[in-house]
Amino acid sequence: MKEEVTMGNISIAGNGELERVQRKHYGRYASGILVLLLVFLVVRAFYNGMIDWNIVGEFLTAQSIIEGLLKTIVMAPLAMLLGLVLGLAIALMRMSQNPVCSTFAIGYMWLFRGSPQLLQLFLWYNIALVFPTITIPYLFSIPTIQVMTPFVATLLGLGICQSAYTAEVFRAGIISVDRGQGEAAAALGMGGGLSMRRIILPQAMRSIVPPVGNEFIGMVKATSLASAIQYTEILNAAQRIYYVNNYVIELLIVATVWYLFIVSLLTIGQNFLERHLGRGFERR
Amino acid sequence: MTNKVEIRCLSKFFGSVQVLHGIDLTVKQGEIVCLIGPSGSGKSTLLRCINQLEGAQEGIVRVDGVIQGWSVKNGKLHELSSREVIAQRSHIGMVFQRFNLFPHLTALENIIEAPIHVRGIRRADAIEHACELLTNVGLESKREAYPSELSGGQQQRVAIARALAMKPRLMLFDEPTSALDPELVSEVLNVMKSLAESGMTMIVVTHELGFAREVADRVVFMDQGRIVEDGPPEELLTSPKNSRTKSFISSVLQ
Repeated sequence: MKEEVTMGNISIAGNGELERVQRKHYGRYASGILVLLLVFLVVRAFYNGMIDWNIVGEFLTAQSIIEGLLKTIVMAPLAMLLGLVLGLAIALMRMSQNPVCSTFAIGYMWLFRGSPQLLQLFLWYNIALVFPTITIPYLFSIPTIQVMTPFVATLLGLGICQSAYTAEVFRAGIISVDRGQGEAAAALGMGGGLSMRRIILPQAMRSIVPPVGNEFIGMVKATSLASAIQYTEILNAAQRIYYVNNYVIELLIVATVWYLFIVSLLTIGQNFLERHLGRGFERR
Repeated sequence: MTNKVEIRCLSKFFGSVQVLHGIDLTVKQGEIVCLIGPSGSGKSTLLRCINQLEGAQEGIVRVDGVIQGWSVKNGKLHELSSREVIAQRSHIGMVFQRFNLFPHLTALENIIEAPIHVRGIRRADAIEHACELLTNVGLESKREAYPSELSGGQQQRVAIARALAMKPRLMLFDEPTSALDPELVSEVLNVMKSLAESGMTMIVVTHELGFAREVADRVVFMDQGRIVEDGPPEELLTSPKNSRTKSFISSVLQ
């Protein structure tokens, strides 16, 4: 073979390759610079604005803020857990052959998805007005107001409201698993519960986890609503401080930093979980 | 020879559409029966009635002389509890057209799942048996592979091993090679042949007339929810009596 081939007036190198010249993306340079400029302007505006960054740093680790942070960190997973457990139960009822169960589930979701979370928190917090005492005959009777603390009202309010959403997430995940999977399990003599636990749910989890991650992030932020019923989570703690010292924005920034911190941790956790649940599905 | 499966006057409706019309069929112990027929003829539905994945509205199915899904008390048929249905079903192996392996479990885990969790067999024993079965289907090296890492033919062979792990008394095959690339069909049919030689009773819904001719003791032709013709393969496949059987067979062979 000849070292050089000529095609018209183009000469090709020995390996048959022409040198490739990439197109210049001038539009991308321009838009990149524009975005950087905008970010710079916004950052500069806040830097020069009337924010005392020293106050932000000082209160970031203030004792009452940390206590509020801990209360948020305790409440969000607990309420989410309640939301997941109840949500799974409601999802299974919704898909039940029993028309009473499925209608109940539809009504439950209609009620708790249809009314605002904040309103539901107020209702739980004030439920003593409806039921002054909680009584289990022959066992105990206790004033509702002692039971329905801000903690319990927040847990119930957020958890139950959440369950109405997670029920649909679970249902979507379960429907997404191929019908043949349940049939194969049944043909092997696996009962409904066993097949759900060992075959259907582990596969459904792949499509359940990403939206639940979303919902969990929503839950972390929704705990801030509890500040309205005197549950001293981060936002409530921050408010109590700025009512006294008037550094409103500074303390709101402190709260923002902590919310972003928690959400970042959750995102990392979700990535690990998704990798684990992806077993057997990598090559498709 | 004793009757393994007895189907009497079985009728099945999906809504108002009747898909099985009074089916009568007997399969003897150790017999290999191939169900053939055009799609929509009810052969898969019939198969699924035998292990109660579908319930029929009329007629009964007996397996080893036991009525499936019902118990007779005071001259009436009483519906069995789902626990009892599951127990009956666990003695009947089934292989599906689309394999239906559990994608989140390895080949080995697929096979030991039911023996451990349904039969309560010790994990070590289940693994030992599973390895034997994997060797029998020629996949001993694939025990740690996930279904997505296996070819269609390999997946179907694992699915057969999974069904056999429950030590079934009867095996049902629902078009086991229809979803396979042509070059993978024979590896699955070979496994089924050796299973047939081992004396397993098998009912096979299939379009593989060559397999039916070679392995089946009887071939049953179904059309529009009825058994049209039933006989030994050489007879039914080469000189069918019924004109519908004739036109079906010639259309498949073309």
